[in-house]
Amino acid sequence: MDSPTTATQFAIETRKLNLWYGSFQALFDVDLQVKQGIITSMIGPSGCGKSTLLRSVNRITERLGYVRTTGSIEVMGRDVYAPEVEIVQVRKRIGMVFQRPNPLPISIRDNVIFAHRLHASAGRRLPKRERDEIVEKALRRVLLWDSVKDRLGRQATALSLEEQQKLCIARLLPVQPDVLLMDEPCSALDPKATEAVEELLWELRGDFTILIVTHNMAQARRASEECVFMLMGKIVEHGDTAEMFVTPRFEETAHYIEGRYG
Amino acid sequence: MFERTELNARNDRTQALVKVLFGVMTVLLALPVLIILGMLVVRGGPMISWEFLTADPTNGMTEGGIYPALVGTIWLVSVALLISVPIGIAAALYLSEYARDTWMTRAINLAIINLAGVPSIVHALFGVGAFVLFFKFGTSILAASLTLAIMTLPVVIVATRESLQAVPHEFREACWNMGATRWQTIRRIVLPNSISGILTGVILEVSRTAGETAPIMFTGAAMFLPFLPQSVMDQTMALSLHLFAISTQVTDVPEELPYGVALVLIGLVLALNAVSIGFRTWLRGRKKW
Repeated sequence: MDSPTTATQFAIETRKLNLWYGSFQALFDVDLQVKQGIITSMIGPSGCGKSTLLRSVNRITERLGYVRTTGSIEVMGRDVYAPEVEIVQVRKRIGMVFQRPNPLPISIRDNVIFAHRLHASAGRRLPKRERDEIVEKALRRVLLWDSVKDRLGRQATALSLEEQQKLCIARLLPVQPDVLLMDEPCSALDPKATEAVEELLWELRGDFTILIVTHNMAQARRASEECVFMLMGKIVEHGDTAEMFVTPRFEETAHYIEGRYG
Repeated sequence: MFERTELNARNDRTQALVKVLFGVMTVLLALPVLIILGMLVVRGGPMISWEFLTADPTNGMTEGGIYPALVGTIWLVSVALLISVPIGIAAALYLSEYARDTWMTRAINLAIINLAGVPSIVHALFGVGAFVLFFKFGTSILAASLTLAIMTLPVVIVATRESLQAVPHEFREACWNMGATRWQTIRRIVLPNSISGILTGVILEVSRTAGETAPIMFTGAAMFLPFLPQSVMDQTMALSLHLFAISTQVTDVPEELPYGVALVLIGLVLALNAVSIGFRTWLRGRKKW
C-alpha cells in the first residue's frame, strides 16, 4: 500500500462491520467514513464500542483469540482484513496511542527510533548522524525537542506523563504512518498536559488522519473537526463537531451531550 | 466515650503475645544457620590453607588437600549449567511468551512442578539408567552433569518465567502495536529487563547444584581419584561426595578435616550467592519503571 492507486477521500472506511467477543456482539453493521487529514473524535458511553471500533482498525482486537469480525475496514482504500495483508505493515502504517502513556523502558532516543529500527532499517544499525536526524525531527514534530534534547540518553519512563505521551506519538512518526489511532490519550493527564497534547494534535492534523476516542465531551468539542457518537455498538450520528454539539440530529446524541447518561 | 475497655486490653495482650511468638520463631530459624557457619569457621577454619586447596588428598584421604574435588565440583556444575541454562531459558521463553493456555501447556507446567519435587536420589537412579547405561556415557562428568541438569531445569524454568512475567505486559503491547514480532519484542525489551532475575535464578541454582551428592554418586563422581578430569567422559571427585566419603567411609580421618571440606563447599556456595545478590542489585539499579 505504498502508493494507493485508487485515490480516496476517506482514510478509513468501514462497511457493515460486525464484531463479536465470543458470543457478545460489540459492533453492529458499522458504516463509518473518516475523512483524510482531519481529526475525528468518537464519543459515547462506556461499553458503546468506540474503543473496539478503534482497535479493529489496526487489528489489535484479534490478539484476543475469541474475537470474530465480519464486514470490511478499508484504510487508504485498502482492506486491512484482506488475506494478503501483512499485519506488521498494518501496524506500521496505522499508529496507536494508548490511554496510559507506554514508553518502553529504554532511552528517549531509543524509543523514538524503535519502530524505525523494526521497519525501515531491517535491523541494521543506522549511521549515528542519520539516526539523530530522525530522532530530532520526530521530537520537534511533537513539540518535545526543546525540553528533552539534552537528555536523549535518559530513561523514557522517567519523563512526566505529558512528555511520555508526546514521546509515544513521536515514536510512531519516523515510519510515516497514514493514520494515528488514539484511545483516550489524555485521560491519564492533568488539564495542562491535556491542553498541550490537544495543541499537538492540531499541529499534526493535515499530515495524518487522526481518530481519537474520548470520554471528555469538552475535548471532543475542542479538539476534533468531525465527531462520531456511538451507542450500543452502533453509530448514532456522525458529522461536523461544532454542528453536532449545537444542533444534534438525534435525541440520544442530545441527551448524551447534555450529560444525562454516560 | 473514648475510654479503653477490657476488650481493648485483651486484644492488646494477644497482639503482644503473637508478636513475641513470631519473633522467637524467626530467631529460631536463623539460629541453625549461624551455628552451622560458626562451627564450620571455628573448627574448619584452621584447616584452610593454600596447600589445602591446591594439593591432592593423600594417605587414604586422611591428609593432604582437596584440589581434585574442588576442580571436579567446578566441572560438574559448569557442564550442568551449560546444559540446563539454555534449555531452561528457551523453555521458559516459550511458555511465557509464545504458548497459549491449552491442555498441553498446562500439562507441561504440571510436569515441571513435579520434576522439581522428585527426590534427588530418584534423579540419581534415573541418571544411571538413562545416561550411564542407555546412552552408554558410562560413569562420567557428562552423565553426572546431565543428571544434575535435569534436576535443576525446573528451577531455572520457574525462575526465568517469573522474571519474564515481572516485565509489565504494557511494554509488550507497545512493541506489538508498532509491528514488532514476538522475537523482536523479547530480544529488545523483555530479555534486557528480565535478565537480572534470570541470572539470579541461575546463580542460586549453581549453589544448589554444587552441594548435591546423591545424583552424582552413581553417575560420575568417584570417591578417590587424585587426577584432574581431562574431558567430560572422565570420572571426577567432587567436594560433596568427598565430604560424604571422609565423614562416613574412611577411618582415622582427623576430626577437623570434614569441617574444612564443608567450609570450602559452603564458602563456594556463599560466594556465588553473594555474587548473585550483588549482580542483581547492580542490574536492578539500572532499570527504572
